[in-house]
Parts: sequence; C-alpha cells; structure tokens
Amino acid sequence: MPIDITMAWRNIWRNPRRTLLTVAAIGFASTALVFMLSFQFGVYDTMINSSVNIHAGHLQIQAKGYKEKMAMRYAVADPVRMGNLLNGIDDVKSYTYRAEGFSMLSSSDRTYGVLVTGIDPDKEKQVSTIKSLVRKGEYLSSSNAYEALVGSLLAANLKVGIGDEITILGQAKDGSVAASVVTVKGIFTSGIDEFDRSTVQIPLKTFQEVYSMDGAVHRVVVVCKSLKSVSMVKAALAEDISGIDEKYELKVFDWMEIMPGLLQSIQMDLISGFIMYIILVIVVAFSILNTFLMAVFERTREFGVLMAIGAEPGRIMKLLLIESITMTSIGIFLGMALGSVFSLYFQKHGIDFTGASEIMNQMGISGLMYPKLTLLSLFTGPMAVLFITSVAALYPALKVKSLRPVEAISYN
Amino acid sequence: MFVQMAWRNIWRNPRRTTVILIAVVIGVWSMIFLGALMRGMVDGMIKNGISTLTGHIQIHHEGYRKDPVIDNSMLDVDKLDAVLTEVLPEGAKYAKRIRVNTIASNARHSAGLTLVGIEPEKEKGISFIGEGVVEGRLLKPDEKRGIIIGKALLDKFETKIGRKLLIMTQDTQNEIASKSFKIVGVFRAEMEATEKNFVFISLKSAKKLVKLNDGISEVSISLAERGMEGEVAEKLNAQLGSTGLKAETWKELIPMLRAYLEIFDGFMYIWYLVVFTAMGFGIVNTTLMAVFERMREFGLLKALGMKPSWILRGVLTESLFLLVLGAFLGNVLGFIFTYATAQTGIDLSALAAGAEAWGLSRTLIPVVVLKDVFMANFMVVVLGMVVSAYPAVKAARFTPVEAMMMN
Repeated sequence: MPIDITMAWRNIWRNPRRTLLTVAAIGFASTALVFMLSFQFGVYDTMINSSVNIHAGHLQIQAKGYKEKMAMRYAVADPVRMGNLLNGIDDVKSYTYRAEGFSMLSSSDRTYGVLVTGIDPDKEKQVSTIKSLVRKGEYLSSSNAYEALVGSLLAANLKVGIGDEITILGQAKDGSVAASVVTVKGIFTSGIDEFDRSTVQIPLKTFQEVYSMDGAVHRVVVVCKSLKSVSMVKAALAEDISGIDEKYELKVFDWMEIMPGLLQSIQMDLISGFIMYIILVIVVAFSILNTFLMAVFERTREFGVLMAIGAEPGRIMKLLLIESITMTSIGIFLGMALGSVFSLYFQKHGIDFTGASEIMNQMGISGLMYPKLTLLSLFTGPMAVLFITSVAALYPALKVKSLRPVEAISYN
Repeated sequence: MFVQMAWRNIWRNPRRTTVILIAVVIGVWSMIFLGALMRGMVDGMIKNGISTLTGHIQIHHEGYRKDPVIDNSMLDVDKLDAVLTEVLPEGAKYAKRIRVNTIASNARHSAGLTLVGIEPEKEKGISFIGEGVVEGRLLKPDEKRGIIIGKALLDKFETKIGRKLLIMTQDTQNEIASKSFKIVGVFRAEMEATEKNFVFISLKSAKKLVKLNDGISEVSISLAERGMEGEVAEKLNAQLGSTGLKAETWKELIPMLRAYLEIFDGFMYIWYLVVFTAMGFGIVNTTLMAVFERMREFGLLKALGMKPSWILRGVLTESLFLLVLGAFLGNVLGFIFTYATAQTGIDLSALAAGAEAWGLSRTLIPVVVLKDVFMANFMVVVLGMVVSAYPAVKAARFTPVEAMMMN
C-alpha cells in the first residue's frame, strides 16, 4: 500500500506542468464556488435582517385568521400575558405590541387609504430600526399622545410636514366609527418604497382608545437573540400559548410565514444559483476528465509494462485513482483556502454595489454588501467538485481494465 | 497548405480531437443555454411590467407621476388624440384611463387601492385586463355601476360576484366622492399584488365619480414591437411640447427594471468569463499534451527546414479549427436545449411568492438574444486562441535534436 502511494505521488510530479494546470482548474472552480456561495449567504442574511429589523420581527403572535383576513376582530385580547410569557424565555431579545386598522387619512388637501399602526414607542424601539430612520422631526415619545410617525413617500403624497394635522377616519373594533386628529411628529425613510408609501404609526394607547380596542392588540412582535434560536423560541412559545383560552385561538408565526415572499425569493435565488454552479462544476469535470483521459492514453505503454511484470489491472486502477484524488484534494484545499481569504476580506471590507443601489434599496440593502463565510458555503462547492471529479476519474481508470499487456506495450 | 495540413492533423488522432471538442462543446452549450434562461427571466419581468397597466409608453400630465391625483389630469383630450393619430406608427394601440387612489370597503373589510377607469374594448393587447377576466363578464363601454375586481381581493373581502363594493375617493373639488358599485367580473393577473391593488370601472363612470368632465389621467400606448418606444416617445414629446404633457417609456416608468437590465449584461459576461476560465484550463492542458505527444513530429519538421513560425501557425490553425467546430456544435446543442424548454417553459409556480417579489411570470420561457450568442462564441474562440498560444509557442521552440531524441 505505501508503495502505491509513493508511486502515485511520484507519478503526479513526473509531469509537473500538467499537474499544476489540473490543480489550478480545480482550485479555480473551488475558489469561485466558495466565494459565490458565501456572497449569496451574506446577501440573504442582510435581506432577512433588514426586513426583520424594520418591521416584521422574527416571530409574531396573532389570533388565528388575522394573517389572511386582517380584520379588526381577530385580536390578541391580553397582550400583557404574552409579555410575561416572553419574559420567561431566555433567547427572546425584545418584543413589542402592535395594533392595526385600515383607515382613511386626510390632510388639508389630500386623502389616502392607509393601514394605521399603533405602536408602543418604548418597546418598539428595541424591536424595530424605524427610530434610527427618522429623517425629519422626532420619534414618538409618549404612548398616549395624539401624534404620528409617517413614511416619507406617504408624507409627500399627503403633502404634510412636521406639525401638520392628519384626520384619521376608520372603523373601530366594535364596528363603530373611529375618528381622530393627530399631529405629524416625525417622518422616516427606510428606502423601501412600498413601506415608505404605506406606513403611518401612532402611539398604541391612542390607537386603542380611538379604535375601541379595549386593551387588545393584533400582533405581538418578537425579536430573538439570533436567527438560529428562532425555531426553538417558536416551539417554546407555541407550547406556552396552547393552553390559553381566548376568544380566537392564538398562533405563533416565524418570519418565513410572515414574509413568504422573502423566503421564496431567497429560495429562487438559491435555485438559479445552484443551476449555475452545477453547470460550472460540469464544465470543470469535463476539462478534468479530458486531462485524465489523455494522461492515460499517453501512459498506455507504461501500463503495459507494469502489467507484463505482474501488476494486476486492479492495482493500476487503484494507482490512478490515488493520483487523481490526490490532485483533486490539493486543488480543493487550495480553492477553499483562497475562497476563504477572498470571502473574509470582503466580509470585513464589503463589496461596493452602489451602481445597483436602486434595486438593493428595495430589498433593504444599502451600498455595501458583505459575503458571509459559513461551514456550508465553505464545503458545499468543493465537495461537489470532489465528488464529480472522482466520478470523472473513474472512467479513464476503468479503461485500464480492458488493456492487454502485449498490445499496450506495442501501442504508440 | 496550412489549412489542409492542420485539418488533416486534427483527424489523424480522432480520439484526442474528440476529447478537446467535448470540452469546448460543453462550455459553449452551457453559455448559450444558461444565457437564454436568464434572458428569458428578464424578458418575463419586462413583459410582466409592461402588461401590468404600464404599456410601452405612457402620457401623463407632467405633475402626475410625482403627485398622482386627479388635479394633475390631462384636459385637452382632442388635441391629444390628434397628436397620437399623427405620431403613432402602424400597429400601435392606445387606451385612455383615469387612475385614482381610492378606499374600497364592504360590510366587513376595507382597503386602499387603485381605481382605474378604462375603455374596456381598447385595453385588449395593451394591458392584461383586456383578456384577464375569468369569471363574470367584461365591462361595457357605458357601464354605470359595474366593477371588476381581482380574485385575490375577492377572497380577502369575503365577497362574490353580484355583491356590492363601496368606493370612496377625492374628486376634483377636493370633496369626498363615494359610490356603491356592483361586482360584475373577476380578473386574474400574473401577480397577486396586481389582483389585490387594482379595481376597474368604465371610463365613463370614473369621470362621473370624480367629476372630471372630459379629462383623463393617463394614456397607455402599446407598439407593435418592443424596441421603438424611445424614438416614438421622443416624437410625441416634440409634438406635445408646450401642452404640459409628457410621454415616458417603460424604462422611465419602471426605473427598477431599467436598473436591473443595466447590471444584468455585466453579470452575464462575468459569468461567461468564469465558465470560460474553467474550460480554458482544460483546453490548455489537452492541447499541451497533444503538442508534447507530437514532439518527434515537430522535431522532424524542423530538421526538414520548417521555420518555428510555421509550426506556431500550424498549431494555432489546428486550435482554431477545433474551437470553431466545438463552438458550432455547442451552439447547435444549446439551441436544441433552448428550443425544447421553450415549448412548455419552466414552471415556477412552486415558488410563486418569490417569483412575484422579483416581478417574474409564473412560467419561465428561455429567450435567445443574438448579442449573447455572439459574445459567448467570441469569447470562446478568441480567448481560446489566446490560451492555445502557450502550447503553440512550446511546439515552435523544440530544437530538432532534442525533440527527435525524445522517447
């Protein structure tokens, strides 16, 4: 056995130029795969975090039916009880309550229909980044003032500025008319047009009074300590609330259920990415297969001689496979090292995508993008290369089996 | 002579040639096929964007896009008609619309959405609503109380055909106008967001609702073919000059799509380069091996008096044959794959919400763009020649004695 390995090693370096080129091809593909996957994962992370942080949170507790119909009556009647439950779960970072009602918003000369959200300013600022996005005026301060925080595009549509009054007219939870006047306290810009065009927030207590909510809310929004702990917290919460007897059954949803579009666009990007990677791996596999195949043709005489002096075909096959796996391993190792170096460098410094900022903004990404090197992005690509080059190496190795020593020696 | 020698050399060792050819074919095939898939994706996005009430060109009052309210309407419709008839090329269609933000409500639900007053018979071929009604009936041109809403909105509002829908909006006098409509038809669109955000009534009843006697808020134009819209919009703007109206193409109307198109080309060519590099290592390696295998032959040729530059030229000619032949076969294979998938398209409905976030259609149909095909072939043949220069130079440098002593 050790003799085979020594022979294989010497064979590899008998033609250093060929070996280096082969190793370089494998190394290049592995580097590209590691870097591209890390890049994709990094972008997904940014996308998820920005959506989670601006508004959605990692988890939400809602009454069953609210997510589909968004009707006022599907409410969480006792939010404080939820809060107490959440205080008892370790991995919960922060949480807040929100209530929503579709209403007509009128300024002095414009009217728009918008979903009005009631938020608890103290709790909300630990959950959402909106406070830091306020460009004009200030964030909401107390939980029962008659003031509003408005998205910049909505403010422009309504033609309102700081200090202007907005009339809210909607339907309360009990079916009566909900009407009130609030003053614009702050205007924010998230960069996501859809969100800036359709968001107006007022203090939760004010909301509950105007819409006769009787202390109820529509969403309990939870942020966990990390993305990884979400499923654990979800399971714990689901168990805790299963015993609670409210008018409407309570349910816990994670960010994937709250934003199915985000999850699916990530899946779609992954799938189209994978198609590209598979094609790249196939192209590499063929160029490796070619090299191995040519090498075997070139060495037909040599194999004939080996066989004539008593080497079995199986042993020659083993020799060839050791050679190709060694070369592949060196290439993959180099690729993983280089790919990690690139990924880590840009993970620290970011990649400038300002040219595409119009698109990126809408996904909640601004300016720089950061790859994220994970075990998955480090190993997936190179392992695929290892697998497919091993398969590719099998074919030339099998060719050896059909060699006849006499013919092989006289082969030219 | 060179050509003939090179051609014969290639086929002297068919096995070696086949091996190199396969590498080139696979590379070119992947470039053409993947390119077509990605172009198909973008094309779907554009088509989707255009048919979702955008059209190739739209004309608005110049203040409308910033502030889409009824005050920013186009009042001189006769003049507009005259300009349109004069400027629009053959095969172009246009439809007039009134578009306002409204609040729709029934007993249980309310939502803010866009009310569009349309000329139902003219929307065919311009926007999806012309053929999008799947249940109930289309609007009639003089429809007074009928309204068409999306399937998704119908479900959300827990209502059905025949029921009422209350529409509230702001009219030209800044008063709240409200009217109850009867749902007469249900439409489906590529995207759920479209089904939720738009409701349609006849242009006539929209005018009455907002008290706009003869004005409209937009004209949507569909040309016979995409590609001329820039030119036509320019002509329209020249004619509309002083009227305060402005024609804009879909590229200006959906800036996101334009931005996407702009980075797309770059992205694609980088991808081509990555594939080529992967393939290039294989080409260099196999050609190099082929050259070394023929070392004796080159030595002999040199001993017979052949100049190094001739050998260089000979090897390069062989490479060129291989690359061109491989590229040709790769193209054929790529086209066959593209054609086969284009028959049914690739179903993306399993990822509908994701596709929607990207503005894609539910089926992906690959599209071949000449520019990409040219770029792929150009890259493979030209860069292929560049990398085979290395083995060719090696071959030219063998000294006769050394080379013939080999083996």
